[in-house]
Amino acid sequence: MNKPLRRVAIFCGLLVLALLVRVNYIQFVQADELKNDANNRRVTINQYATPRGDILVDGKAITGHTETTGSDFKYKATFKNGKMWAPVTGYASQAFGTTLLQGVEDKILTGDDDRLFFTRTVDVLSGRQKQGGDVVTTLNSAAQKAAFEGLGNKKGAVAAINPETGAILALASTPSYDPSSFAGNSEKDSEAWNALQKKNNPDDPMLNRALRQTYPPGSTFKVVTAAAALQDGLYDDIDEPTDSEVPYILPDTNNQELKNEGGIACKNVSLREALRVSCNSVFGKLGATLGRDKMVEEAEKFGFNEEQFVPVRVAASNFSTKMDRPQTALSSIGQFETAATPLQMAMVAAAIANDGKLMKPYMVSELRGSNNKLVDSISPEELSQPLSAENAQKLQQMMETVVQSGTGTNAQIPGVTVGGKTGTAQHGVDNSEKPYAWFISYAKTDSGSPVAVAVVVEDASANRGDISGGGFAAPIAKSVMEAVLNK
Amino acid sequence: MSVVTNTTTITSVGAPSRRNTELALLVFAVLIPVFAYANVGLAKKGTLPAGMLAYGLGLGAIAVVAHLVVRKFAPYADPLMLPIATLLNGMGLVFIWRLDQEPRLPGGASAPTQLMWSTLGVALFLGVLVFLKDHRILQRYTYISMVVALVLLILPVFFPPVYGARIWITIAGMSIQPGEFVKIIIAVFFAGYLMVKRDALALASRRFMGMYLPRGRDLGPILVIWALSILILVFETDLGTSLLFFGLFVIMLYVATERTSWIVFGLLLSVGGAVVVGSFESHVHSRVEDWLNPFRTIEAGQGASQPAQAMWAFGSGGLFGSGLGQGYSRLIGFAAKSDYILATVGEELGLAGLMGILLLYALLVERGARTALAARDPFGKLLAIGLSGAFALQVFVVAGGVTGLIPLTGMTMPFLAQGGSSVIANWALVAILLRISDTARRPAPTPASSPDAEPTQVVRTQ
Repeated sequence: MNKPLRRVAIFCGLLVLALLVRVNYIQFVQADELKNDANNRRVTINQYATPRGDILVDGKAITGHTETTGSDFKYKATFKNGKMWAPVTGYASQAFGTTLLQGVEDKILTGDDDRLFFTRTVDVLSGRQKQGGDVVTTLNSAAQKAAFEGLGNKKGAVAAINPETGAILALASTPSYDPSSFAGNSEKDSEAWNALQKKNNPDDPMLNRALRQTYPPGSTFKVVTAAAALQDGLYDDIDEPTDSEVPYILPDTNNQELKNEGGIACKNVSLREALRVSCNSVFGKLGATLGRDKMVEEAEKFGFNEEQFVPVRVAASNFSTKMDRPQTALSSIGQFETAATPLQMAMVAAAIANDGKLMKPYMVSELRGSNNKLVDSISPEELSQPLSAENAQKLQQMMETVVQSGTGTNAQIPGVTVGGKTGTAQHGVDNSEKPYAWFISYAKTDSGSPVAVAVVVEDASANRGDISGGGFAAPIAKSVMEAVLNK
Repeated sequence: MSVVTNTTTITSVGAPSRRNTELALLVFAVLIPVFAYANVGLAKKGTLPAGMLAYGLGLGAIAVVAHLVVRKFAPYADPLMLPIATLLNGMGLVFIWRLDQEPRLPGGASAPTQLMWSTLGVALFLGVLVFLKDHRILQRYTYISMVVALVLLILPVFFPPVYGARIWITIAGMSIQPGEFVKIIIAVFFAGYLMVKRDALALASRRFMGMYLPRGRDLGPILVIWALSILILVFETDLGTSLLFFGLFVIMLYVATERTSWIVFGLLLSVGGAVVVGSFESHVHSRVEDWLNPFRTIEAGQGASQPAQAMWAFGSGGLFGSGLGQGYSRLIGFAAKSDYILATVGEELGLAGLMGILLLYALLVERGARTALAARDPFGKLLAIGLSGAFALQVFVVAGGVTGLIPLTGMTMPFLAQGGSSVIANWALVAILLRISDTARRPAPTPASSPDAEPTQVVRTQ
């Protein structure tokens, strides 16, 4: 009987061997994949096992943390002035995950980033609790406050950039939400979260209107059309009369007129005058004359049709690449399918203010380890050159005229050169819905241009002239610029 | 005359008793769980657990008593089995106590109950060693064993299912899992039956397609057992137990008859049966689905299933584990202390610790197989290999199920998992193996003296 006995013993050995191979496979080969599986609750438990690092503005933390009880998460994030900063910080909720900066820089904030490996090891060896790192932003709290308070109860968004560096100075979106209200994972947090969801709250407070919502830019887009015309050499002098007729009949159509708001006189006016009073006929014709391809090329140089990462993702603004001539004419005055995020229009204003050079927008300047040690710093980067310095200066003159004596007089700041452009964007079927009021602008001092702003107010209920862009949005832009200048 | 007083022709050269080896190993088998216990306390609360001294002394006392009884009643028994069983049982208690610290797991404090059952198990172990002087006595109870086994197997059908499987009988609030005891009783029956029938089964067979097929009347029992195990599976939805009994029978039949055809035959029957039942019986079917894709419930939006949680626990443990008391085994849920206790081992002790535990089981099985080889009587050989084989199959079925190697079948990890029936039955199993090994290793009794003979030294070559 001994031969089969030995074979049975070998068989039992093989069973154990199979088990050993299997556990080696799952605990060694597959281990990382299983460990980091998004559904593995240990991932979230670890995320909240140690206090998160902070997001800093002007050297002060706008986030914090507090200990929680009654769950397997030890710490929860807190937010100072959460409603104002929500479009920047996003949320970090034990129950609902992370977004925006809290999401993109999660690894730094939790201290799990590979670049923090050394400090983490030192912490482990010295028996200290694991610490999260800090994220230093480029934002300007005075500008943010001006933007948020300027929007007030209105629905809308503000984006402000430093044209010379691309550093984002303000990102406001209203109505907003307080990320602290659902940072934990209790019943109350869940109720707060549900109340904020779009299906329960038509105002959609959690939508980041500055980065993630695109609006038809309306007349503010005319500066892009003007830039394309100057770049193409269609007009050399901004004060020479344009060969433009009123009424302007859209090409390839059966007498379809492109109307000017308020019946203003735009026949053969100069580019400067056309921008000052916002002539649809002049810019519609310009776009149609330049043609779709040239318009698309210029718009894309300004950043249209592409997502930006600042490092938070910014929705792609749209300028159609598949349209006929009349649609091109409409798109050139910011209608048809043209749609832009507030940040995109701030980039347009910034590129013009920066003598044609568009800097890549960014909102994180430094990442720091727990011991305040620099981990990474981000330096300004050029994104593209949508127009030459010479043409940019011509366009600046045009935009400054708009503020001095045109539709944008509400943005005047004594002693400061301000250039701007108003816009009222029609939307909805047959303009059935309330138009959006836009204002884009920049401020210039002797030492250059420190700020470019784009403001959009969704419920501009006043009359439908360009005046509403000037009336609703320009004062907000003005206060944001003042906040930056008076710093 | 010479000075040699022993006048037989054969002098015995028996195996050394190795009792001191056993005692030394027992010291480690007690110290390791005590340190592990201290480790959990430090990790969970930052202090040494209050009951540490009592626990250490208790475990030590049990080990000392067991050792002394073995020394007295089975002096030549294998020296490894008792320390391994003590270590596994001790570690099991630590893991259960550690899981008791998770208020979110159901069942409350299970460690004290488990400690009580373990003590009872050791008592039974001692009882077997004291009262079962010779394992061959069991041979007398061949057919009684069969009847008892069948009754115990069928009983759970009359009790309500727990977590989908009818494998418990509940009397006065106490749950017993008869399957655990049946594996020993049925091994006794098989050993007794096969010892009698082995020649008929081995020799009276017809050659068919290169295989030796036994006669119908000899084939009868295997078909009956196969049908029974399938019936158990269908009525009690217990794939593990039926697989265990069937595998046990095939192994013992193969050893008894030395005919490979039995293996082929048994494999075909069990695979066929498992496939048919696996595709028709819903409880078993869902476990097969879970095995093929442990994450299917997540894709279906129903949250993570236990198999998925176990996979994450193993993955998160990695090579060296999170450390005792520092894992998140509570995520596994209701079976964390029983079927899935191995996931806690994997998470908190890591691959290294899990392989260590598996190798302890392998070593125990190997000592059992060695006992079978050393046994001098066919009944002892068959019983020893049957018990070790059953033990190995159970370890494989549970560990394979928890690690996702095979579909989960819901059995307990011997000694490690929570469960009174299991720990008692396995202590009894080890006791019987120890008794057989004692008989096997005991030096041949000195034959009656023969004044005519000169002493001759016999050198064993084996």
